[in-house]
Amino acid sequence: MKSLGSIRRSFAPWTDPAARPYIAFENITKRFGDFVAVDDLSLRIYEREFFALLGASGCGKSTLLRMLAGFEEPTSGRILLDGQDLRGIPPYRRPVNMMFQSYALFPHMSVEQNIAFGLKQDGMPKAQIAERVAEMLKLVKLEQFARRKPHQLSGGQRQRVALARSVAKRPKVLLLDEPLGALDKKLREETQFELMDLQQNLGLTFVVVTHDQEEAMTMADRIAILDKGRVMQVATPAEIYEAPSSRFVAGFVGTVNLLEGSVMSRDGASLRIKGASGAEIRVENVPDDVSSGEVAFAIRPEKIKVSPRRPAEGTANVMEGEIFDLAYLGDMTVYHVRLADGQVVKASALNSARVSEDQLTWSDKAWISFAPDAGVVLTR
Amino acid sequence: MNTTWSRFNIVSIVLGFAFLYIPIVLLIVFSFNESRLVTVWAGFSTKWYGELFRNQGLIDAAWVTARVAFISATVATVLGTMAALALTRYTRFRGRVLFSGMVFAPLVMPEVITGLSLLLLFVAIGLDRGFLTVTLAHITFSMCFVAVVVQSRLISFDRSLEEAAMDLGATPVKTFFAITLPVILPAIVSGWMLAFTLSLDDLVIASFASGPGATTLPMKIYSQVRLGVTPEINAACTILIAIVAVGVLIASVVNKSREVQRQRDEQAAQRH
Repeated sequence: MKSLGSIRRSFAPWTDPAARPYIAFENITKRFGDFVAVDDLSLRIYEREFFALLGASGCGKSTLLRMLAGFEEPTSGRILLDGQDLRGIPPYRRPVNMMFQSYALFPHMSVEQNIAFGLKQDGMPKAQIAERVAEMLKLVKLEQFARRKPHQLSGGQRQRVALARSVAKRPKVLLLDEPLGALDKKLREETQFELMDLQQNLGLTFVVVTHDQEEAMTMADRIAILDKGRVMQVATPAEIYEAPSSRFVAGFVGTVNLLEGSVMSRDGASLRIKGASGAEIRVENVPDDVSSGEVAFAIRPEKIKVSPRRPAEGTANVMEGEIFDLAYLGDMTVYHVRLADGQVVKASALNSARVSEDQLTWSDKAWISFAPDAGVVLTR
Repeated sequence: MNTTWSRFNIVSIVLGFAFLYIPIVLLIVFSFNESRLVTVWAGFSTKWYGELFRNQGLIDAAWVTARVAFISATVATVLGTMAALALTRYTRFRGRVLFSGMVFAPLVMPEVITGLSLLLLFVAIGLDRGFLTVTLAHITFSMCFVAVVVQSRLISFDRSLEEAAMDLGATPVKTFFAITLPVILPAIVSGWMLAFTLSLDDLVIASFASGPGATTLPMKIYSQVRLGVTPEINAACTILIAIVAVGVLIASVVNKSREVQRQRDEQAAQRH
């Protein structure tokens, strides 16, 4: 049997142009009065994918989920699920189930009644319901809490009941609205991995809405970054982080330094940029469509090297500055280096040695440097 | 906080309670009076209670009152709940503010006006005054109280419960009966109880809307008192007070124990 890791590693249907999307949002627009919640948005989600919709509050991610569940109808455009147009199909006839942010457990029903509710609506025979409920309770490790009411459970247990209830019907797609939002940090981290295992074991398609980038990065196969009802980028967590497509995405996920400048010249796949400070930045592996104009060079703090001495002659991309601020975090140290033009660049260094001989401290002169392929050029 | 009893506090409390309860205590005491004269004590006796159960007029009136209260409270609860649902759920329909204002206006309307207007209506449409008209009148005014009670519960109702039920395959009708109704049931029950007691002790509106053969207990008591207070009436009132007191006591004991149970459950959940 293949391990889950290897299944996951080889899973990339979005790279296959012949693959048929399982869920397709086609030019979806949703207006509430004058407010445009979702603006001409198209997305394709594949079977068995763990897909995350990531964005700040009000970006339209929850509206998108609610349209898929059937609680809202799109103003225009259509949603296809497994080839079927969902328009006009009420929520109680859609083969999707949702886990609500508030969990929405029925307060007057016990844990097992909550889980059995959906199965009863399908008219499943009693014996079979009992069997499925027992299976679900075992899955979320709540066997001994079957007869409790929701208010007799802790937050983490309620979350599990909500999860068990939403997967009990074996929906084609499970929608999760901020599934871990109400849990504390430690529990959230554990639950992230449990959710991933559950998704792999049941072979379901998950669409999760979250505002927590770490959560999305950990769990999702692909992430869609949303802003003001539009998709900014759809890609794997690594692509989103390493190759953001715009200043917005670069700034939204993780920490980034944006060095603004204009293109001086292009030679093959390498580009020379004149930075605002006057320093020249050399970049390699630049996409074909960038050859002139105003651009931003985006680079992550951990890819910038900080040193107290000037790097050897011939090193690419060296800038001089002084340590403006620093934070020692134990495993690493974050430096804020102020360049000649006043811009503050963030750089982080792993503290791989216990004692370092050349420690930098406040107001020290420092040089930052980075490889030509350590960052990306952004035009948007 | 000052927990000691100052002289001022003691005096305030004694005066306050005396003001509230001396009349009621007097009424109860004199219901056990041997004498026919209400204000002259002539020894302990329960004969007026016996007398009371032989007074067919009072018994009939009590029976009418109970039926009117039961029917009107039930109908008012259904209508009031429907009004509350409409007002909280369909917030975007035209004239909603006007509609909600009109539902709640009868709460502050003087009863004389409500009674008189109902009387005029019944006369105008040629409805003979009697059991039906009293019941209709009581439905009319107690419905608003039910709507207020149920609406305040619905405002805090988590709509995602209903969405979750529909998401799991329940039709809107099924969702209402399986989820919404059980969750708001406590509010509906207290609405019913409020409507029931309002109907039970209403004198003004009943006087306008009632006719021969449908005399309610408050009307009967009032008309008898005009001929002079008899210890019989005291006995009837004492029984009413006892019923109300027992009802309030049970309700508060049930509430208290449920609250204690809930707190214990929540503490138990925290430990896991």
